[in-house]
Amino acid sequence: MSAEFSFPDAGAKTAVAEFETEKMSLSMGPSHPSTHGVLRLQLELDGEVVTKCDPVVGYLHRGDEKIAENMTYNQFVPYTDRLDYLAPLANNMAYAIAVEKLAKLEVPARCQAIRVLTAELARISAHLLGLGAFGIDTGAWTVFMYAFTEREKLYKLFEELTGARFTTSYSRIGGLQRDVPEGWTGRVDAFCDQFLPILEEILAMLTRNKIFMDRTVGVGAISKEDAVAYGLTGPNLRGSGVGLDLRKDRPYSGYEQYEFDVPVGTKGDSYDRYLVRGEEMRQSVRIIRQVVAKFPGGPWYATEAKRIFAPPKDKILTSMEELIQNFMIVTEGPQMPPGEVYFEAENPKGALGFFIVSKGGGVPWRLKIRAPSFCNLSILPKVCVGNMVSDVVSILGSLDFVMGECDR
Amino acid sequence: MPATAAVTTALLEKFPQVSARASLDHEAVNVPPAQTLAVLKALRDDFGFDLLTDVTAIDWAMGHSPRFTVVHHVFSTTNHRYVRVATDCADDLAPSAPSACGLWAAANWHERETFDMFGIRFEGHPDLRRILMWDEYPHFPLRKEFPLAGIETPLPDFEVSAETGAKLIAAPMMGGPFVASSGEINLTEAEPSAKDESWNEGREKPKAAEAADGLKG
Repeated sequence: MSAEFSFPDAGAKTAVAEFETEKMSLSMGPSHPSTHGVLRLQLELDGEVVTKCDPVVGYLHRGDEKIAENMTYNQFVPYTDRLDYLAPLANNMAYAIAVEKLAKLEVPARCQAIRVLTAELARISAHLLGLGAFGIDTGAWTVFMYAFTEREKLYKLFEELTGARFTTSYSRIGGLQRDVPEGWTGRVDAFCDQFLPILEEILAMLTRNKIFMDRTVGVGAISKEDAVAYGLTGPNLRGSGVGLDLRKDRPYSGYEQYEFDVPVGTKGDSYDRYLVRGEEMRQSVRIIRQVVAKFPGGPWYATEAKRIFAPPKDKILTSMEELIQNFMIVTEGPQMPPGEVYFEAENPKGALGFFIVSKGGGVPWRLKIRAPSFCNLSILPKVCVGNMVSDVVSILGSLDFVMGECDR
Repeated sequence: MPATAAVTTALLEKFPQVSARASLDHEAVNVPPAQTLAVLKALRDDFGFDLLTDVTAIDWAMGHSPRFTVVHHVFSTTNHRYVRVATDCADDLAPSAPSACGLWAAANWHERETFDMFGIRFEGHPDLRRILMWDEYPHFPLRKEFPLAGIETPLPDFEVSAETGAKLIAAPMMGGPFVASSGEINLTEAEPSAKDESWNEGREKPKAAEAADGLKG
């Protein structure tokens, strides 16, 4: 720091050195409300400006990949709930499709449609939470209340479909846990009808809000090149202007039948990421309406996959062959050929990938989970530097991560 | 840019030591460690695979040589295709692989995780620390010899063996998060909740009357 003003004597001038700012070290988290779980940032501060940021992750590490190597493919489904626990239905689907790719198994159209429907509902639910929490981070409490009211309605739908509100475990390898209940798709449609105006209301509370814009516009800008170099995916990548959406670019589960737009940002700042998420919810509603409108009939699980998907319960209890089939699947797991597959699905947080190495049989030799939150957080050391501490809160909120998935 | 279907063919032409790898979905190549970076760079610059989505490793278990295989998945944001690049680590006891940090910033955390879980050293990594486990953790948990439940020992912890019948010690926690003791500190002194040992599973909690007597005494 150089002082322009002059001192009366030389002795006082040396005192200026004492005003040299000293770097301060601040440990933000792991239990800080803005770190959304158990992320810890080891910050180095010059005054209130961040000069260095070292994220410390792993507080929620449970060894999911190790656990996966020690159980059958179907037994691992509940663990996928606990990755991105804000959108378990989408994780269930991504995992099931990855294993089905290994088995070279096609599921019927009805199963695909139900999976798309649940994944999009999960996306709305996850984005609503992300939005609500982002609102709180930047000082808008009301958004959170509105968002959570809507999430509650979604949870009612999930509960009706899967029996659980939070940890759904809905998919099975080659099918689903059960078919949709009578009239459920109608209730999903009714939810969409009343949700759209409320969504507009929620977004209107933030989009042109002076305080919110001051906190987010131009804050934490990530360039296109950086976003790709750091392996960002999902809304965070699209916020930086890269129009990559695996639902469009590598369609799975019948996404190619549905019309929807992929919103992209222009500047890659916190505000753009917020706008992208808001628009994605509208597009999800669009997809859901199309799925409901042409909801296919027919079987909801791969009926011919006798060594992979367990037969219906009434058959198990009355017929010898089905009883044996069920016994084999439960005890030995769905039988897979040897080989390697890697599948990524467009989850609310980004591309959730499963890399499965199989040596045959019902247990994977190696199952690697490519967690989008983990990759998205790796850009923090770059993007936080030069910002104020309060901007770090805004950046974290806009990156919308889940530590359950990051730490696995 | 060559036709996307021919990435493997083009790579084989350019790098004679590279071979095609068996795969059920995406194109995949086996690359010797000395050429990994050159192949990844060619994929990024010449073939448009600009997004490094994943770096991980496979442990083929003890006795199998080569024991460790490092696997990179690269994705093209223009062609929307994946390529899998597999590198067998030369040394089975002290495995190492070249670091892709110079090519993609994304490699940093992925390689730290792979080091953390498998103990594979990435040569040229700027900051190879553990990431999910804490720094003092002594094991590499995703190696096949690391057991799921704990480490077998002839003299197991009494409570664990009485409860489970297994001769195991739980994985060590020294230096880990939320652990007050790091060996030299006594846990009962450091952890307030552990101080009161007057009653536990073995000894019943003193009755209210006795406690009152104790006060009188």
